[in-house]
Amino acid sequence: MAEIVSLADAVAEAIHDGDSVAMEGFTHLIPNAAGHEVIRQRRRDLTLIRMTPDLIYDQLIGAGCASRLVFSWGGNPGVGSLHRFRDAVENGWPVPLQIEEHSHAGMANRYAAGAAGLPFAVLRGYRGTGLEALPGLDGTPAVRPITCPFTGETLTAVAALRPDVAVIHAQRADRAGNVQLWGITGIQKEAVLASERSVVTVEEIVDELEPRPGAVVLPSWAVTLVAHVPGGAHPSYALGYTLRDNDYYLSWDAISRDREAFSCWLETAVLRPAGAGA
Amino acid sequence: MNAAAPGGGQGVPYTADEMMTACAARALRDGMTCFVGIGLPSGAANLARATHAPNLVLIYESGTIGAKPGRLPLSIGDSVLAETADAVVSVPEIFNYWLQPGRIHVGFLGAAQIDRFCNINTTVVGSSYGTPKVRLPGAGGAPEIAACCREVIVVVRQSTRSFVERVDFVTSVGYGDGPGGRERLGLTGAGPQRVITDLGVLEPDPETCELTLTGVYPGVEVPGVRARTGWPLAVSPELQILPPPTAAELAALRRLRAAQAG
Repeated sequence: MAEIVSLADAVAEAIHDGDSVAMEGFTHLIPNAAGHEVIRQRRRDLTLIRMTPDLIYDQLIGAGCASRLVFSWGGNPGVGSLHRFRDAVENGWPVPLQIEEHSHAGMANRYAAGAAGLPFAVLRGYRGTGLEALPGLDGTPAVRPITCPFTGETLTAVAALRPDVAVIHAQRADRAGNVQLWGITGIQKEAVLASERSVVTVEEIVDELEPRPGAVVLPSWAVTLVAHVPGGAHPSYALGYTLRDNDYYLSWDAISRDREAFSCWLETAVLRPAGAGA
Repeated sequence: MNAAAPGGGQGVPYTADEMMTACAARALRDGMTCFVGIGLPSGAANLARATHAPNLVLIYESGTIGAKPGRLPLSIGDSVLAETADAVVSVPEIFNYWLQPGRIHVGFLGAAQIDRFCNINTTVVGSSYGTPKVRLPGAGGAPEIAACCREVIVVVRQSTRSFVERVDFVTSVGYGDGPGGRERLGLTGAGPQRVITDLGVLEPDPETCELTLTGVYPGVEVPGVRARTGWPLAVSPELQILPPPTAAELAALRRLRAAQAG
Protein backbone atom coordinates (compact mmCIF):
# COMPACT_ATOMS: atom_id res chain seq x y z
CA MET A 1 0.00 0.00 0.00
CA ALA A 2 1.23 3.47 -0.87
CA GLU A 3 2.10 5.73 2.02
CA ILE A 4 1.06 9.40 1.95
CA VAL A 5 3.98 11.57 3.06
CA SER A 6 5.41 15.06 2.54
CA LEU A 7 7.37 15.78 -0.64
CA ALA A 8 10.59 16.24 1.34
CA ASP A 9 10.10 12.88 3.07
CA ALA A 10 9.20 11.16 -0.20
CA VAL A 11 12.40 12.32 -1.89
CA ALA A 12 14.54 11.57 1.18
CA GLU A 13 13.12 8.07 1.45
CA ALA A 14 12.94 7.04 -2.20
CA ILE A 15 15.82 8.75 -4.03
CA HIS A 16 19.44 8.17 -3.05
CA ASP A 17 22.80 9.24 -4.49
CA GLY A 18 23.71 7.01 -7.44
CA ASP A 19 20.10 5.92 -8.16
CA SER A 20 18.58 5.66 -11.61
CA VAL A 21 15.55 7.95 -11.62
CA ALA A 22 12.82 8.30 -14.25
CA MET A 23 10.82 11.53 -13.79
CA GLU A 24 8.30 11.08 -16.58
CA GLY A 25 5.59 13.21 -18.10
CA PHE A 26 5.14 13.70 -21.82
CA THR A 27 4.65 17.49 -22.00
CA HIS A 28 1.84 17.21 -19.41
CA LEU A 29 1.97 16.34 -15.67
CA ILE A 30 5.74 16.83 -15.42
CA PRO A 31 6.87 16.39 -11.80
CA ASN A 32 8.78 19.68 -11.59
CA ALA A 33 8.29 20.28 -7.85
CA ALA A 34 9.70 16.84 -7.07
CA GLY A 35 12.71 17.63 -9.26
CA HIS A 36 13.32 20.84 -7.32
CA GLU A 37 13.18 18.89 -4.06
CA VAL A 38 15.86 16.52 -5.44
CA ILE A 39 18.02 19.58 -6.15
CA ARG A 40 17.39 20.96 -2.64
CA GLN A 41 18.38 17.64 -1.07
CA ARG A 42 21.55 17.82 -3.18
CA ARG A 43 21.43 14.35 -4.65
CA ARG A 44 24.51 13.44 -6.69
CA ASP A 45 25.59 10.93 -9.34
CA LEU A 46 22.03 10.20 -10.49
CA THR A 47 21.29 8.36 -13.72
CA LEU A 48 18.41 10.40 -15.12
CA ILE A 49 16.08 8.59 -17.50
CA ARG A 50 13.40 10.30 -19.55
CA MET A 51 12.02 10.34 -23.09
CA THR A 52 11.84 14.13 -23.21
CA PRO A 53 14.26 15.65 -20.70
CA ASP A 54 13.03 19.22 -20.65
CA LEU A 55 13.41 22.07 -18.18
CA ILE A 56 13.47 19.99 -15.01
CA TYR A 57 16.31 17.78 -16.26
CA ASP A 58 18.12 20.88 -17.56
CA GLN A 59 17.88 22.22 -14.00
CA LEU A 60 18.99 18.95 -12.34
CA ILE A 61 21.92 18.68 -14.77
CA GLY A 62 22.93 22.31 -14.23
CA ALA A 63 22.72 21.80 -10.46
CA GLY A 64 25.21 18.94 -10.72
CA CYS A 65 22.80 16.17 -9.62
CA ALA A 66 23.31 13.90 -12.63
CA SER A 67 26.26 11.92 -14.03
CA ARG A 68 24.32 10.04 -16.69
CA LEU A 69 21.32 10.71 -18.92
CA VAL A 70 19.27 8.19 -20.91
CA PHE A 71 16.86 9.96 -23.28
CA SER A 72 15.32 10.34 -26.72
CA TRP A 73 14.73 14.10 -27.18
CA GLY A 74 16.41 16.79 -25.10
CA GLY A 75 14.98 20.21 -25.91
CA ASN A 76 12.83 23.05 -24.63
CA PRO A 77 9.56 22.15 -26.41
CA GLY A 78 8.58 24.74 -28.99
CA VAL A 79 11.43 27.02 -27.87
CA GLY A 80 14.84 25.49 -28.65
CA SER A 81 17.85 24.00 -26.92
CA LEU A 82 18.38 22.92 -23.33
CA HIS A 83 21.47 24.98 -22.62
CA ARG A 84 22.48 23.35 -19.32
CA PHE A 85 22.26 19.92 -20.99
CA ARG A 86 24.33 21.22 -23.93
CA ASP A 87 26.91 22.78 -21.62
CA ALA A 88 27.29 19.46 -19.77
CA VAL A 89 27.69 17.44 -22.98
CA GLU A 90 29.81 19.98 -24.87
CA ASN A 91 31.96 21.27 -21.95
CA GLY A 92 31.46 18.95 -18.96
CA TRP A 93 29.94 21.76 -16.85
CA PRO A 94 29.30 21.52 -13.92
CA VAL A 95 30.16 17.82 -14.13
CA PRO A 96 30.63 15.53 -17.14
CA LEU A 97 27.44 13.89 -18.33
CA GLN A 98 27.53 10.47 -19.95
CA ILE A 99 24.64 9.97 -22.34
CA GLU A 100 22.74 7.10 -23.90
CA GLU A 101 20.25 8.10 -26.55
CA HIS A 102 17.39 6.41 -28.33
CA SER A 103 14.34 7.22 -30.40
CA HIS A 104 10.97 7.83 -28.71
CA ALA A 105 9.69 4.49 -30.02
CA GLY A 106 12.75 2.76 -28.59
CA MET A 107 12.38 4.39 -25.15
CA ALA A 108 8.62 3.70 -25.04
CA ASN A 109 9.24 0.04 -25.80
CA ARG A 110 12.06 -0.14 -23.24
CA TYR A 111 9.67 1.08 -20.52
CA ALA A 112 6.95 -1.30 -21.71
CA ALA A 113 9.38 -4.24 -21.52
CA GLY A 114 10.36 -3.18 -18.00
CA ALA A 115 6.71 -2.97 -16.98
CA ALA A 116 6.04 -6.39 -18.50
CA GLY A 117 8.97 -8.01 -16.72
CA LEU A 118 10.64 -8.88 -20.02
CA PRO A 119 14.37 -8.41 -20.70
CA PHE A 120 13.82 -6.64 -24.03
CA ALA A 121 11.25 -5.36 -26.51
CA VAL A 122 11.09 -5.65 -30.29
CA LEU A 123 10.23 -2.94 -32.77
CA ARG A 124 10.66 -1.83 -36.35
CA GLY A 125 13.08 0.99 -35.82
CA TYR A 126 16.65 2.27 -35.75
CA ARG A 127 17.54 0.44 -39.02
CA GLY A 128 20.11 2.42 -40.95
CA THR A 129 20.39 5.21 -38.38
CA GLY A 130 23.49 6.25 -36.47
CA LEU A 131 21.63 5.37 -33.28
CA GLU A 132 22.09 1.68 -34.11
CA ALA A 133 25.83 1.92 -33.55
CA LEU A 134 25.84 3.93 -30.30
CA PRO A 135 26.89 2.28 -27.05
CA GLY A 136 24.73 2.09 -23.95
CA LEU A 137 25.94 3.38 -20.57
CA ASP A 138 27.83 0.11 -20.00
CA GLY A 139 29.73 0.44 -23.27
CA THR A 140 27.98 -2.43 -25.08
CA PRO A 141 25.55 -1.84 -27.97
CA ALA A 142 22.31 -0.34 -26.65
CA VAL A 143 20.18 -1.80 -29.46
CA ARG A 144 20.73 -5.03 -31.33
CA PRO A 145 19.29 -6.68 -34.42
CA ILE A 146 17.06 -9.68 -33.79
CA THR A 147 15.65 -12.22 -36.23
CA CYS A 148 11.95 -12.97 -36.02
CA PRO A 149 11.65 -16.69 -35.19
CA PHE A 150 8.46 -16.91 -37.29
CA THR A 151 9.22 -14.90 -40.43
CA GLY A 152 13.00 -14.53 -40.47
CA GLU A 153 12.65 -10.75 -40.71
CA THR A 154 15.35 -8.61 -39.07
CA LEU A 155 13.95 -6.36 -36.37
CA THR A 156 15.47 -4.28 -33.56
CA ALA A 157 15.70 -5.34 -29.92
CA VAL A 158 15.93 -2.73 -27.16
CA ALA A 159 16.78 -3.58 -23.55
CA ALA A 160 14.16 -3.18 -20.82
CA LEU A 161 14.39 -0.11 -18.60
CA ARG A 162 14.26 -0.89 -14.89
CA PRO A 163 14.82 2.38 -13.02
CA ASP A 164 15.34 2.39 -9.26
CA VAL A 165 12.68 5.08 -8.91
CA ALA A 166 9.89 6.52 -11.05
CA VAL A 167 8.61 9.99 -10.20
CA ILE A 168 5.36 11.24 -11.72
CA HIS A 169 2.71 13.90 -11.10
CA ALA A 170 -1.01 13.03 -11.23
CA GLN A 171 -4.28 14.88 -10.82
CA ARG A 172 -5.40 13.08 -7.68
CA ALA A 173 -5.15 10.22 -5.22
CA ASP A 174 -7.52 8.91 -2.58
CA ARG A 175 -6.58 8.54 1.08
CA ALA A 176 -5.60 4.91 0.49
CA GLY A 177 -3.04 6.05 -2.10
CA ASN A 178 -4.81 4.95 -5.28
CA VAL A 179 -3.70 7.34 -8.03
CA GLN A 180 -5.71 8.69 -10.98
CA LEU A 181 -4.41 10.67 -13.95
CA TRP A 182 -5.97 11.70 -17.26
CA GLY A 183 -5.47 13.78 -20.38
CA ILE A 184 -2.10 13.08 -22.01
CA THR A 185 -0.86 10.23 -19.83
CA GLY A 186 2.28 9.55 -21.86
CA ILE A 187 4.54 6.82 -20.50
CA GLN A 188 3.83 7.29 -16.79
CA LYS A 189 2.03 3.99 -16.17
CA GLU A 190 4.85 2.02 -17.79
CA ALA A 191 7.51 4.05 -15.94
CA VAL A 192 5.92 3.33 -12.55
CA LEU A 193 5.43 -0.37 -13.28
CA ALA A 194 8.98 -0.73 -14.65
CA SER A 195 10.58 0.85 -11.57
CA GLU A 196 11.60 -0.67 -8.26
CA ARG A 197 9.74 2.06 -6.34
CA SER A 198 7.76 5.18 -7.15
CA VAL A 199 6.90 8.65 -5.94
CA VAL A 200 3.66 10.26 -7.12
CA THR A 201 2.89 13.92 -6.41
CA VAL A 202 -0.77 14.89 -6.79
CA GLU A 203 -2.86 18.04 -7.15
CA GLU A 204 -5.49 16.82 -4.75
CA ILE A 205 -6.19 14.06 -2.21
CA VAL A 206 -9.86 13.06 -2.21
CA ASP A 207 -12.07 10.74 -0.19
CA GLU A 208 -13.14 8.79 -3.23
CA LEU A 209 -11.82 8.61 -6.81
CA GLU A 210 -14.77 9.14 -9.13
CA PRO A 211 -14.37 7.14 -12.35
CA ARG A 212 -13.31 9.26 -15.34
CA PRO A 213 -13.39 8.17 -18.99
CA GLY A 214 -9.91 7.50 -20.30
CA ALA A 215 -8.22 7.86 -16.93
CA VAL A 216 -5.25 5.74 -15.89
CA VAL A 217 -5.55 4.33 -12.38
CA LEU A 218 -2.51 3.08 -10.50
CA PRO A 219 -3.70 0.97 -7.56
CA SER A 220 -2.25 1.88 -4.19
CA TRP A 221 -0.35 -1.41 -3.98
CA ALA A 222 1.54 -0.59 -7.21
CA VAL A 223 2.76 2.79 -5.86
CA THR A 224 5.31 3.41 -3.08
CA LEU A 225 4.85 7.02 -1.90
CA VAL A 226 2.25 9.71 -2.58
CA ALA A 227 2.75 13.40 -1.72
CA HIS A 228 0.17 16.19 -1.90
CA VAL A 229 1.81 18.93 -4.01
CA PRO A 230 -0.76 21.28 -5.61
CA GLY A 231 0.78 22.99 -8.66
CA GLY A 232 3.59 20.45 -8.59
CA ALA A 233 3.69 20.22 -12.38
CA HIS A 234 4.39 23.94 -12.93
CA PRO A 235 5.44 25.19 -15.52
CA SER A 236 3.88 22.09 -17.08
CA TYR A 237 0.20 21.62 -16.29
CA ALA A 238 -2.35 19.26 -14.82
CA LEU A 239 -5.41 19.05 -17.08
CA GLY A 240 -8.48 20.22 -15.19
CA TYR A 241 -6.39 21.91 -12.46
CA THR A 242 -3.65 24.17 -13.83
CA LEU A 243 -2.60 25.77 -17.13
CA ARG A 244 0.71 25.39 -18.94
CA ASP A 245 2.92 28.41 -18.22
CA ASN A 246 4.21 28.99 -21.74
CA ASP A 247 5.97 32.22 -20.70
CA TYR A 248 8.12 30.26 -18.25
CA TYR A 249 9.30 27.94 -21.05
CA LEU A 250 10.09 30.97 -23.23
CA SER A 251 11.94 32.79 -20.43
CA TRP A 252 13.95 29.67 -19.50
CA ASP A 253 15.96 30.09 -22.69
CA ALA A 254 17.73 33.25 -21.48
CA ILE A 255 18.22 31.99 -17.91
CA SER A 256 19.72 28.69 -19.02
CA ARG A 257 22.06 30.15 -21.66
CA ASP A 258 24.34 31.71 -19.09
CA ARG A 259 26.03 29.83 -16.22
CA GLU A 260 25.85 32.81 -13.89
CA ALA A 261 22.22 33.60 -14.65
CA PHE A 262 21.40 29.95 -14.09
CA SER A 263 23.30 29.76 -10.78
CA CYS A 264 21.54 32.91 -9.59
CA TRP A 265 18.16 31.46 -10.60
CA LEU A 266 18.96 28.19 -8.82
CA GLU A 267 19.81 30.03 -5.60
CA THR A 268 16.74 32.28 -5.57
CA ALA A 269 14.08 30.03 -7.10
CA VAL A 270 14.98 26.60 -5.74
CA LEU A 271 17.58 26.52 -2.98
CA ARG A 272 16.67 29.54 -0.87
CA PRO A 273 12.94 28.90 -0.42
CA ALA A 274 13.82 25.62 1.32
CA GLY A 275 10.87 23.32 1.69
CA ALA A 276 8.66 25.47 -0.52
CA GLY A 277 7.51 24.59 -4.02
CA ALA A 278 8.96 26.69 -6.82
CA MET B 1 12.37 35.84 -41.07
CA ASN B 2 9.96 38.75 -40.86
CA ALA B 3 11.07 40.63 -43.93
CA ALA B 4 8.61 40.50 -46.81
CA ALA B 5 9.71 37.88 -49.29
CA PRO B 6 10.84 38.89 -52.75
CA GLY B 7 7.84 38.91 -55.00
CA GLY B 8 5.52 39.81 -52.17
CA GLY B 9 4.88 43.20 -53.69
CA GLN B 10 1.66 42.26 -55.44
CA GLY B 11 -1.30 41.57 -53.22
CA VAL B 12 -0.81 41.06 -49.50
CA PRO B 13 2.87 41.10 -48.43
CA TYR B 14 4.00 37.88 -46.77
CA THR B 15 7.05 36.50 -44.96
CA ALA B 16 9.29 33.64 -46.05
CA ASP B 17 7.88 31.56 -43.18
CA GLU B 18 4.34 32.16 -44.43
CA MET B 19 5.35 31.10 -47.95
CA MET B 20 6.91 27.89 -46.57
CA THR B 21 3.91 27.18 -44.37
CA ALA B 22 1.44 27.68 -47.24
CA CYS B 23 3.57 25.47 -49.49
CA ALA B 24 3.63 22.70 -46.86
CA ALA B 25 -0.11 23.04 -46.25
CA ARG B 26 -0.85 22.59 -49.97
CA ALA B 27 1.01 19.26 -49.90
CA LEU B 28 -1.68 17.87 -47.57
CA ARG B 29 -4.89 16.44 -49.01
CA ASP B 30 -8.27 16.32 -47.33
CA GLY B 31 -8.92 13.15 -45.35
CA MET B 32 -5.24 12.30 -44.86
CA THR B 33 -3.84 11.31 -41.49
CA CYS B 34 -0.87 13.47 -40.61
CA PHE B 35 1.80 13.06 -37.91
CA VAL B 36 2.57 16.62 -36.87
CA GLY B 37 5.57 18.12 -35.12
CA ILE B 38 5.60 21.49 -33.44
CA GLY B 39 6.60 24.72 -35.20
CA LEU B 40 6.16 25.15 -38.93
CA PRO B 41 4.64 21.67 -39.53
CA SER B 42 1.95 22.34 -36.94
CA GLY B 43 1.23 25.68 -38.60
CA ALA B 44 1.01 24.01 -42.01
CA ALA B 45 -1.27 21.18 -40.88
CA ASN B 46 -3.59 23.56 -39.07
CA LEU B 47 -3.62 25.93 -42.05
CA ALA B 48 -4.58 23.03 -44.33
CA ARG B 49 -7.37 22.06 -41.93
CA ALA B 50 -8.60 25.66 -41.85
CA THR B 51 -8.62 25.96 -45.66
CA HIS B 52 -8.71 23.12 -48.21
CA ALA B 53 -8.51 20.04 -45.96
CA PRO B 54 -11.14 20.31 -43.21
CA ASN B 55 -11.07 16.53 -42.65
CA LEU B 56 -7.30 16.28 -42.19
CA VAL B 57 -6.60 14.08 -39.15
CA LEU B 58 -3.91 15.65 -36.97
CA ILE B 59 -1.89 13.25 -34.83
CA TYR B 60 0.64 14.54 -32.31
CA GLU B 61 3.22 12.22 -30.75
CA SER B 62 1.93 13.08 -27.28
CA GLY B 63 -0.86 10.60 -28.12
CA THR B 64 -3.57 12.99 -29.32
CA ILE B 65 -5.34 11.57 -32.39
CA GLY B 66 -7.64 13.83 -34.37
CA ALA B 67 -6.76 17.02 -32.49
CA LYS B 68 -8.66 20.11 -33.67
CA PRO B 69 -6.94 23.11 -32.07
CA GLY B 70 -8.38 26.52 -32.86
CA ARG B 71 -4.99 28.08 -32.11
CA LEU B 72 -1.42 26.93 -32.67
CA PRO B 73 -0.06 25.00 -29.69
CA LEU B 74 3.39 25.89 -28.30
CA SER B 75 4.13 22.28 -27.44
CA ILE B 76 2.92 18.91 -28.68
CA GLY B 77 1.25 18.40 -25.32
CA ASP B 78 -0.80 21.58 -24.96
CA SER B 79 -4.15 21.00 -23.31
CA VAL B 80 -6.03 22.22 -26.41
CA LEU B 81 -4.79 19.11 -28.25
CA ALA B 82 -6.04 16.69 -25.59
CA GLU B 83 -9.34 18.55 -25.16
CA THR B 84 -10.18 18.54 -28.89
CA ALA B 85 -8.85 15.07 -29.83
CA ASP B 86 -10.98 12.14 -30.99
CA ALA B 87 -8.81 9.90 -28.82
CA VAL B 88 -5.91 10.35 -26.42
CA VAL B 89 -3.67 7.30 -26.22
CA SER B 90 -0.46 6.44 -24.39
CA VAL B 91 2.98 6.99 -25.88
CA PRO B 92 3.71 3.26 -26.45
CA GLU B 93 0.35 3.02 -28.21
CA ILE B 94 0.89 5.99 -30.54
CA PHE B 95 4.21 4.57 -31.72
CA ASN B 96 3.40 0.83 -31.71
CA TYR B 97 -0.21 0.68 -32.85
CA TRP B 98 -0.57 3.81 -34.97
CA LEU B 99 2.79 4.80 -36.44
CA GLN B 100 4.66 1.48 -36.76
CA PRO B 101 2.09 -0.44 -38.88
CA GLY B 102 1.89 2.36 -41.47
CA ARG B 103 -1.54 3.71 -40.53
CA ILE B 104 -0.38 7.32 -40.90
CA HIS B 105 -0.23 8.81 -44.39
CA VAL B 106 2.21 11.64 -43.95
CA GLY B 107 4.80 12.63 -41.39
CA PHE B 108 6.51 16.00 -41.13
CA LEU B 109 10.18 16.20 -40.19
CA GLY B 110 12.59 19.06 -39.58
CA ALA B 111 16.36 18.84 -39.97
CA ALA B 112 19.54 20.51 -38.78
CA GLN B 113 21.40 18.84 -41.65
CA ILE B 114 20.12 17.02 -44.74
CA ASP B 115 22.01 15.34 -47.58
CA ARG B 116 21.17 14.72 -51.25
CA PHE B 117 19.52 11.39 -50.35
CA CYS B 118 17.37 13.11 -47.76
CA ASN B 119 19.06 11.53 -44.75
CA ILE B 120 18.51 13.78 -41.75
CA ASN B 121 20.63 14.80 -38.77
CA THR B 122 19.08 16.21 -35.59
CA THR B 123 21.62 14.68 -33.18
CA VAL B 124 25.06 16.33 -33.23
CA VAL B 125 27.02 18.74 -35.43
CA GLY B 126 30.74 17.99 -35.72
CA SER B 127 32.88 15.07 -36.75
CA SER B 128 32.98 13.45 -33.30
CA TYR B 129 29.82 12.17 -31.64
CA GLY B 130 31.54 12.11 -28.23
CA THR B 131 32.79 15.71 -28.41
CA PRO B 132 30.24 17.47 -30.61
CA LYS B 133 30.55 21.03 -31.82
CA VAL B 134 26.81 21.41 -31.23
CA ARG B 135 24.64 19.04 -29.25
CA LEU B 136 21.17 19.03 -30.86
CA PRO B 137 17.99 17.74 -29.15
CA GLY B 138 18.25 14.27 -30.69
CA ALA B 139 15.93 11.81 -32.40
CA GLY B 140 12.55 12.08 -30.68
CA GLY B 141 9.97 10.38 -32.85
CA ALA B 142 11.75 11.17 -36.13
CA PRO B 143 13.52 7.87 -36.99
CA GLU B 144 10.29 5.88 -36.90
CA ILE B 145 8.27 8.64 -38.58
CA ALA B 146 10.86 8.52 -41.39
CA ALA B 147 10.70 4.73 -41.51
CA CYS B 148 6.98 4.03 -41.10
CA CYS B 149 4.80 6.92 -42.33
CA ARG B 150 3.55 6.17 -45.82
CA GLU B 151 5.29 9.34 -46.96
CA VAL B 152 7.39 12.07 -45.40
CA ILE B 153 7.59 15.82 -45.95
CA VAL B 154 10.71 17.59 -44.72
CA VAL B 155 10.59 21.27 -43.81
CA VAL B 156 13.96 22.99 -43.47
CA ARG B 157 15.54 26.36 -44.16
CA GLN B 158 18.09 26.10 -46.93
CA SER B 159 21.75 27.02 -46.44
CA THR B 160 25.15 25.42 -46.96
CA ARG B 161 25.11 24.66 -43.22
CA SER B 162 21.90 22.62 -43.48
CA PHE B 163 22.22 21.21 -47.04
CA VAL B 164 25.46 19.28 -46.68
CA GLU B 165 27.43 16.81 -48.77
CA ARG B 166 27.42 14.39 -45.84
CA VAL B 167 25.39 14.59 -42.64
CA ASP B 168 27.48 14.35 -39.45
CA PHE B 169 25.04 11.79 -38.00
CA VAL B 170 22.14 9.88 -39.57
CA THR B 171 19.26 10.37 -37.14
CA SER B 172 16.52 9.53 -39.64
CA VAL B 173 16.92 7.67 -42.91
CA GLY B 174 15.69 9.17 -46.18
CA TYR B 175 16.99 7.03 -49.04
CA GLY B 176 20.13 5.79 -47.26
CA ASP B 177 22.92 5.37 -49.80
CA GLY B 178 20.61 5.87 -52.79
CA PRO B 179 18.38 3.69 -55.01
CA GLY B 180 17.20 0.57 -53.15
CA GLY B 181 18.51 1.91 -49.85
CA ARG B 182 15.17 1.83 -48.06
CA GLU B 183 14.32 -1.65 -49.30
CA ARG B 184 17.70 -3.00 -48.13
CA LEU B 185 16.99 -1.65 -44.64
CA GLY B 186 13.44 -3.00 -44.58
CA LEU B 187 11.88 0.44 -44.15
CA THR B 188 8.17 0.15 -44.85
CA GLY B 189 7.12 3.70 -45.83
CA ALA B 190 7.88 5.30 -49.20
CA GLY B 191 10.22 7.86 -47.65
CA PRO B 192 10.53 11.62 -48.20
CA GLN B 193 8.42 12.79 -51.14
CA ARG B 194 9.33 16.47 -50.91
CA VAL B 195 11.56 18.88 -49.07
CA ILE B 196 10.09 22.33 -48.53
CA THR B 197 12.58 25.13 -47.90
CA ASP B 198 12.49 28.91 -47.70
CA LEU B 199 13.47 29.02 -51.40
CA GLY B 200 11.26 26.37 -52.96
CA VAL B 201 10.64 22.63 -53.20
CA LEU B 202 12.94 19.68 -53.85
CA GLU B 203 11.77 16.20 -54.74
CA PRO B 204 13.70 12.94 -55.00
CA ASP B 205 14.44 11.87 -58.57
CA PRO B 206 12.46 8.66 -59.25
CA GLU B 207 15.58 6.94 -60.67
CA THR B 208 18.50 8.25 -58.61
CA CYS B 209 16.62 9.23 -55.39
CA GLU B 210 18.70 12.42 -55.44
CA LEU B 211 16.96 15.60 -54.30
CA THR B 212 16.12 17.72 -57.33
CA LEU B 213 14.87 21.29 -57.33
CA THR B 214 11.37 21.16 -58.83
CA GLY B 215 9.89 24.46 -57.74
CA VAL B 216 10.94 27.92 -56.58
CA TYR B 217 8.98 30.71 -54.92
CA PRO B 218 8.30 33.96 -56.80
CA GLY B 219 11.48 36.01 -57.07
CA VAL B 220 13.86 33.11 -56.30
CA GLU B 221 16.47 32.30 -58.97
CA VAL B 222 18.23 28.96 -59.46
CA PRO B 223 21.80 30.30 -58.90
CA GLY B 224 20.65 31.60 -55.50
CA VAL B 225 19.37 28.13 -54.57
CA ARG B 226 22.60 26.49 -55.79
CA ALA B 227 24.63 28.91 -53.66
CA ARG B 228 22.75 27.72 -50.61
CA THR B 229 23.22 23.99 -51.34
CA GLY B 230 26.30 22.07 -50.19
CA TRP B 231 26.38 19.76 -53.22
CA PRO B 232 26.01 20.25 -57.01
CA LEU B 233 22.24 20.64 -57.09
CA ALA B 234 20.18 18.91 -59.76
CA VAL B 235 17.42 21.10 -61.24
CA SER B 236 14.31 19.74 -62.95
CA PRO B 237 13.89 20.72 -66.62
CA GLU B 238 10.25 21.47 -65.72
CA LEU B 239 11.06 23.84 -62.87
CA GLN B 240 7.90 25.52 -61.61
CA ILE B 241 7.33 28.93 -60.10
CA LEU B 242 5.21 28.20 -57.03
CA PRO B 243 2.28 30.54 -56.42
CA PRO B 244 2.51 32.91 -53.45
CA PRO B 245 0.19 32.47 -50.46
CA THR B 246 -3.36 33.54 -51.25
CA ALA B 247 -5.14 36.19 -49.23
CA ALA B 248 -7.33 33.43 -47.74
CA GLU B 249 -4.30 31.37 -46.70
CA LEU B 250 -2.61 34.37 -45.11
CA ALA B 251 -5.76 35.37 -43.24
CA ALA B 252 -6.28 31.84 -41.89
CA LEU B 253 -2.64 31.45 -40.85
CA ARG B 254 -2.55 34.84 -39.13
CA ARG B 255 -5.78 34.02 -37.29
CA LEU B 256 -4.21 30.79 -35.94
CA ARG B 257 -1.05 32.66 -34.91
CA ALA B 258 -2.95 35.52 -33.25
CA ALA B 259 -4.95 33.00 -31.22
CA GLN B 260 -1.69 31.44 -30.01
CA ALA B 261 -0.37 34.80 -28.85
CA GLY B 262 -3.64 35.67 -27.14
